[in-house]
Amino acid sequence: MSDWTPPSTVNLVDLGFMDARSKLIDLAAFLDRVQRANQTDDFRVQALKNAIALLSLDQPTRAKEVLLSFSDPSTEPIEKATMQGAIGAYRG
Amino acid sequence: MTVVFQTAAFAPALITIVNECKQPSTIVKSLMNYIEPHGHMVSRTTDDYERMALAGCQAICEPAFWAGFDRASADGFYDYFRQITEYEPKRAARFGIKHFSWLCINPKEAEDTKLAEEVIGLIPQFIDKPGVLGIGEIGLNKNSRNELRIFEQHVQVAQDYDQLVLIHTPHLEDKLKGTRLIVDALKNFPKIKPERVIIDHVEEHTIDHVLDQGFWAGITLYPESKCTPNRAIDMLEHRHAERIWMNSACDWGISDPLAVPKTMQVMRQRGWTAEMIQRVAYENPVAFMGQSGKFHL
Repeated sequence: MSDWTPPSTVNLVDLGFMDARSKLIDLAAFLDRVQRANQTDDFRVQALKNAIALLSLDQPTRAKEVLLSFSDPSTEPIEKATMQGAIGAYRG
Repeated sequence: MTVVFQTAAFAPALITIVNECKQPSTIVKSLMNYIEPHGHMVSRTTDDYERMALAGCQAICEPAFWAGFDRASADGFYDYFRQITEYEPKRAARFGIKHFSWLCINPKEAEDTKLAEEVIGLIPQFIDKPGVLGIGEIGLNKNSRNELRIFEQHVQVAQDYDQLVLIHTPHLEDKLKGTRLIVDALKNFPKIKPERVIIDHVEEHTIDHVLDQGFWAGITLYPESKCTPNRAIDMLEHRHAERIWMNSACDWGISDPLAVPKTMQVMRQRGWTAEMIQRVAYENPVAFMGQSGKFHL
């Protein structure tokens, strides 16, 4: 299973620019919306802003770094689960 | 690898699939065989089976999971195990799809350890059924001590009965920690070979840890959480598609049972050869699940 054939070169910007542009504007609009509603103190909004700063990194590991920034960094199991769902950002 | 294109006999449903896609002229060319290695079909309609068959699905593998609510007793699981080992294979067979299953109690219900242990006690009487591939999807949800204890009991059953293991990793902010705890716990079971374990729902921050330890990795394609087609393909390219499968995990929530064939279409747009697409969508699942000795297509 080790014989890897890389994909042929295609214009990834052509394929993905409009989608990325749309998502970025949506993100900007979300931040505007919560600011107008005075809800920027929510820890999830702060987590989002911290993650946005990681987009300026030079290495092609931005997705990984963003995911890490949202993650629980602890290493020991918790005593008991008090909820079943997840929130999307570690409260700390 | 044989590539089977759909025929005009399937035209009505094919039109439905094409209408769901942005570029119908190219989707028609991309239809080829694939395997859905992780689909919760008890939560899908019979129409979904038909659409998956028309899209080229040859087999669906159904891990046991949380029903969207906590079951009151082990009797509920007994009936659920009968459903996924006896009834769903018949429903799939109507559309020429093979159906396989995995058995466990999902970590979301592991906090009730008495119930969980009763359910684990049911597994041996189902494990020899012809379509049962192994123990799954076990794992962690909120990374609690009770979840970890029940996870280890499941792994012990897999070790005792020489079964494959399919592992669920936690959602969102809990995934990184949970993945690390799971990998560490597996090291306490020396008879469990990493190549017989798949750790599912990996993302960019967990995939390397899983693959570098010798395990298989599953990428789940979800419209909101987990992974988009383009992110999945990025990871596949980064790891040369080795020891990785992709799945829709279609269930009660917002999910798409055609996520795998739609991602295959994006792979084509991104310059993947038909052979490499087939490796990820068909040959890799066959290679992993073929180790069970029961995965016959």
